This record gives sequence, C-alpha cells and structure tokens, in this order.
Amino acid sequence: MTTLNRRNLLKGAGAVGAMSATGLLDFAKAWAQTMKWKPEANATLNVLRWKRFVQAEDDQFMKIVAAFSQATGVKMNISNESFDDMQPKASVAANTGQGPDIAWGLHSLPHLFPEKCLEVGDVADYLGKKYGGWFPAPEATCKAKGKWIAIPTAINGGYINYRISSMKKAGFSTFPDKTDGFLELCKAMKANNTPAGFALGHATGDGNAWIHWLLWSHGSYLVDDKEKIIINSPETVKALEYAKKLTDTFIPGCASWNDSSNNKAFLAGDLHLTANGISIYVGAKADKALNPIAEDMDHAKFPVGPIGKPQELQLTFPMLAFKYTKVPNAAKAFMAFVLEAENYNPWLEAAGGYLTHPLMAYDANPIWTKDPKNAVFKDAARNTLPASGIGPVNEKAAAAIADFVMLDMVANYCTGREDIKGAIAIAERQAKRIYR
Amino acid sequence: MAHNAVGRPQASFQRTERSLMQRLSNDRNWLGAAFMLPAAVILIMFLAYPLGKGVWLSFTDAKIGRDGVFIGLENYEWLSDDKIFWLSVFNTLFYTVIASVIKFLVGLYLALLLNEKLPFKSLIRSIVLIPFVVPTVLSAIAFWWIYDSQFSIISWSLKNMGLITENIDFLGSPDNARLSLIFANIWRGVPFIAITLLAGLQTVSPSLYEAATLDGATRWQNFRFVTFPLLTPIIAVVMTFSVLFTFTDFQLVWAMTRGGPVNATHLMATLGYQRAILAGNLGEGAAISTAMIPFLLFAIMVSWFGLQRRKWQQGGSDE
Repeated sequence: MTTLNRRNLLKGAGAVGAMSATGLLDFAKAWAQTMKWKPEANATLNVLRWKRFVQAEDDQFMKIVAAFSQATGVKMNISNESFDDMQPKASVAANTGQGPDIAWGLHSLPHLFPEKCLEVGDVADYLGKKYGGWFPAPEATCKAKGKWIAIPTAINGGYINYRISSMKKAGFSTFPDKTDGFLELCKAMKANNTPAGFALGHATGDGNAWIHWLLWSHGSYLVDDKEKIIINSPETVKALEYAKKLTDTFIPGCASWNDSSNNKAFLAGDLHLTANGISIYVGAKADKALNPIAEDMDHAKFPVGPIGKPQELQLTFPMLAFKYTKVPNAAKAFMAFVLEAENYNPWLEAAGGYLTHPLMAYDANPIWTKDPKNAVFKDAARNTLPASGIGPVNEKAAAAIADFVMLDMVANYCTGREDIKGAIAIAERQAKRIYR
Repeated sequence: MAHNAVGRPQASFQRTERSLMQRLSNDRNWLGAAFMLPAAVILIMFLAYPLGKGVWLSFTDAKIGRDGVFIGLENYEWLSDDKIFWLSVFNTLFYTVIASVIKFLVGLYLALLLNEKLPFKSLIRSIVLIPFVVPTVLSAIAFWWIYDSQFSIISWSLKNMGLITENIDFLGSPDNARLSLIFANIWRGVPFIAITLLAGLQTVSPSLYEAATLDGATRWQNFRFVTFPLLTPIIAVVMTFSVLFTFTDFQLVWAMTRGGPVNATHLMATLGYQRAILAGNLGEGAAISTAMIPFLLFAIMVSWFGLQRRKWQQGGSDE
C-alpha cells in the first residue's frame, strides 16, 4: 500500500488523466493481487446507480467497472434509475431483502434504513488514510451512530449559473458575494427582462439546494443538534421575507419547476440566472449550437447571508451495500476500488466538474484548474452541510427533506398561499410529525 | 346425494368401493369449493392480504426497513390535525367529482353520437379509444410539455396569435394546476366511458324507439324515458369504475406535478406515496391509504344500489 501526498498525487493525476483502458486494467490486476477484500467465489455484484447526466462520466464509470470485473472475476450488473426513482427502488429492496447488492443513491438515503446497510468502516478508514481524509459533511452523511453505513463516493455541487453579459448589463462587474447584493442583481436582471429563476416545485435536487442555502444563510434551521424543532424563529421570518423579495424577481412558472426545468429554460436563453450543477455548462459546451451560451456563462458560489459564512446543501452520492448481500467482500472491494486514485482521477475529469471529490487529496485533480469556470465546484464537499443542517443526520432528517418540509414552507409563503406565520406553522407541524 | 342412494340401491353398494377421490369428485359442495379455491387464493394473496396488511401498518410506526410497533390510532390522530392531509382530501374529492361528472357527460354525448349512423363508424370508434390505449405515463409526459411554463405549445400559439403576451402558468398556480390535471384526466378517461356506454346503447331494442315514436315521443323524450332508464345499470357500473380510477389516480399527477405547486395537486394517493416510500414513514402512508377506503366503499355502495333498481327499470316499482 502506498501513501500518496498531494504532490505525487498531482503528478499521478496528470499521468493517469490519459490512462487508457488497458492501463486501467493493468492497475486493476495489480490492485487485485493485494486487495484487502477477497471477493467470494463466483461472485455477481448487482449495482443500482442514479442515471447519469454527463455521458462521459458514465462511460468512464463503466470502464472502471469493466476493469474491476476482469481483474477480480466478479461478474458486474449495473442498472440505472432516474434520481427520483433511486430512493423508492432502494427502499423497497431494503424492505424486502431482495434486489441489488449495492445502491448508489442520493443525499441521506442510507439513513432511511440504517439497519439494512452493511457496515463499511474498514473501507472508509482505508480510503480516508490513503487519500488525506474525508470532508466532514460527506462523512456525517454516511455515518449512523458512529459507524460507516455507506461510502460517500462523490458530491454533486450545485452553484449559481449565470449569463455574464446579463450580469454586466444589470450593472455588476463581478458576481455579488452577499445576499443583499444578490437581491439587487436579480431585481436589475428582471428589469432588463433577463430574469433569474429557481425551482420552487417539488424538485428534489435543485429545489432543496437553493432553499436550504437561503434559509441556512439567514440562520434558519429545522432542528438543532438535540433535534429540538427551532424552525419557528425570527431568523426564519427574515429568511422568508428575503425569499419573497427574491422570488418576486423570478421568471414566471418556477412554482411548477422540477429538476430539469431550469436546465431547459437556461439553454433556451429564457433564463439568465439559476442554481444548478455544472451540467448546463457541460451540455452547452458539447453542443455547437449552444457554444455561445457556454462562452457567456459562468458559475459563482452561493452568496453569504446574514450569518456571515457559506451555508450550502450539496448533493452527496452515498454508495451503500445491503446487509442481505451474499457477496459483502466483493461489494467492499468494489467501493474501495472506485475511489483509488488511478480510477477516481480520470473519472473526476470525465465528469467535467459534475462530480466533486469527498476525499481531500483529490483537490489536486486538474479538472478544477484546467477551466476557470469549473473552479467553484471544487469546494462543494468542503462547504456543504449535511442534509440535516446543524441537526443530526438520521432517518428523520432524511424524511424531512423527502417530504419537502422546508421547500413547501418557502413556496407556501412566496406563492401567496399562506402568510409568514401560516407557512412557518405548517412546517413546524410537519417537523413535529416527523420528529415525534 | 341421499335420493340417489335411495333410488338406486346398487349404487350405494358401489359407493363404498369408490376411492376418496371418486367420492369427492361427485360431491357438489366439495367440487364447488375446489373450483373456487384458485380464485380465492389469488384474491386472498393479492387483494385481501395486502389490504389487511395496509390497514395493520396504519396502526404501527413502521418505517422502511424496520418493522413497526402497534401505536393504535396515533397516525390518524396526527393526520386529523394535518393541513396538508386535509388539503389532499379536498383535492382528491374535487378532482374526482369534477373529472367524473365531465367525463360522464362528454362520454355519454360521444356514445350517443357514435351510436348514430356515421360513415367510417368503426374507424371513428377506434380513434376515440386512442387516449385510453396510450400508456398513462406517456400521455402525462406529453401533457407536461403541453403545460410547460416556458415551452407550452398552447402559450406559444396564443402568443403568436397575439391573444396573450405572457405564457400561461398552467402548473405553477394552484387553480390552474388543478384544472390542467383534471383536463388531462378527462382526456384520458372519456373513451372508457364512451365505448362502454356505446355497448350499452346497442343493446336497446329499436322496437322500443319505434313504439315511443308512434306514441308521439320527441327525441328528448325518447332519450329520457327509453334510452336513459335502460342504460342506468351500465351507467352505474361504468361510473363506479370511473370514480374508483379517478379517486385512486396517481400516475398523471406524479408525472406532471409531484403534488405541487405547494401541495395544491397532492391527491391522497400521491401524498401517501410521498410519506410512505419517499420519506420512509410506512405507517403514516398506510394511514393515508386506509383513509381512502371509506370513500371507495361509498362509491361501491352507490353502484350496488344503482344495480338493485332493475325492477323499476323494467316497469315495476321499487317496492
């Protein structure tokens, strides 16, 4: 086992960036000789993963899978499910004890059924020691009662996507880094008919990401670290007041948006500022007709709110193995293999910024420097809070996100269905129901 | 059977020689039970057991991946004071009543139209069935595009005609979203009603119309006093099914709005799914599903009593 420091990893990253499939296989074979987890004889590993948004990322992932399969003799079956279908499928598998061996899902998925997840502390320790340690939020997301129940394989960073020309036309030469300036920008952009817009519908990824930033950056949290419900607070009132002013500047229709709506509207040229992963940019770069949009767009961090420090909710992709699997060693070996530098570095590059690393050593990956427009996404794992905010990560926090408690509170007030008190009261009631 | 034994004494002698199988195969009670068994097993396994299990789950705090413990009516107590649950009850009733009434009226009108002598009758009847044949999710996705806040074909057309200046927010405002979903449901559900009522219409004997016409009945009186009474049994059946399908609708709503905006289109079925499967609270989701049962029973009762009124339809009295 070799320990890599940042410098030799950077060297390695450059070298393996162009690693061919045979190079990957050679590494896999060497790795298989010394691997800690010997797969069971005639093992077949069924992996259920979220459906890719960036084709190159999926292609590279399948190369890793193929190399693992050839080197270890483990037969691999990979199936894909859309973001929204991952959780129900994994939940049913957990409940019935039938289905895939590994589920690679979203957010705090393992916390919906922590007792059904294979403990993977040995894999996490091995990788953590080798690659500079885990960032805190992905670690918290994958641990239950101090035990690792999943491996945070990657994080999907969501940040502000904006059209540079529209920002400049609105009188801003650089992107505002405080919430006040941000509101002014959105107001000016609306006046210029180049509006902003964020999903206010039941959009699991984009919707939850931006409203949690908005609430958390104002110091409004659902529960504290003792699970006491603290949503009914002056901070929440201020956050909702800000949200109302902000949503008044949005393009019409945001209340019905799902995760793909803002991508479509941005690429059609109707929307000039939104919160999203890097997929809009990657898509625009890949399509000649959309190249002008790629050139005219950039990314920015979420502005810092009254509490004075970044508060983000980024999308963690935890990979878990079910306890019922007949091939736990093969599952662990695969999880470890994926995050080895020789596999992970080219994969990060292929993903083009869509995936961010949970292990600190991968800060050195060239993807974060080769295009300045990617740079923002490097810190997704560093800056994010777990999906539970300042509260403990557990199945209740997972339920609150899945039930859109916070998103509905913001939408209730901003669409005028409820006044501030009513919107907060409904959220508080829902939180009490979940945290009873 | 006793009378056989008495009538044919030699047979009773033979019977003692018969194997158990032979005896059973002549026993009508046993045979009846045996023939019903496969159906009973299927019904118990796939209908009664899941239903019973669902009701049981609603009295527990079961979560995904963890068996629950009995908590009595706690889930229902929480629901009784849950604004979102009551909103979903209202939405479901609103959705079912409005969609069913319109589906019935349009379906009946279409059936009457298709019952006339038309050129290309069979072709037109097949075309009418298309919305029912298209998989629900596909039609839902088509409607989702039709209702898109930025790319709606309706908004685009109206804008190009100069009738509106801004896109219509079909799924973004609560009232619009409800009506848009109801429209999609009607579009999908009308063919079922139209074709079934058409089948009913074709069983009405032309001699009845001739007799009525000879008595001087107008077209309306023909419909009101001949067609409609003879059609009521089939209306009762078809509307029961229609109400049940509409009340338990899930796919259309889930594919288009996921219950949004701000829960304005959450039906009991979608809210139950969200709480049980997505949020992991199986017990609570089961309680929402169980709460649908009284409404469904009511719909079935209406049909039951509708079907019991045959005497009256045949000219007798209800008494």
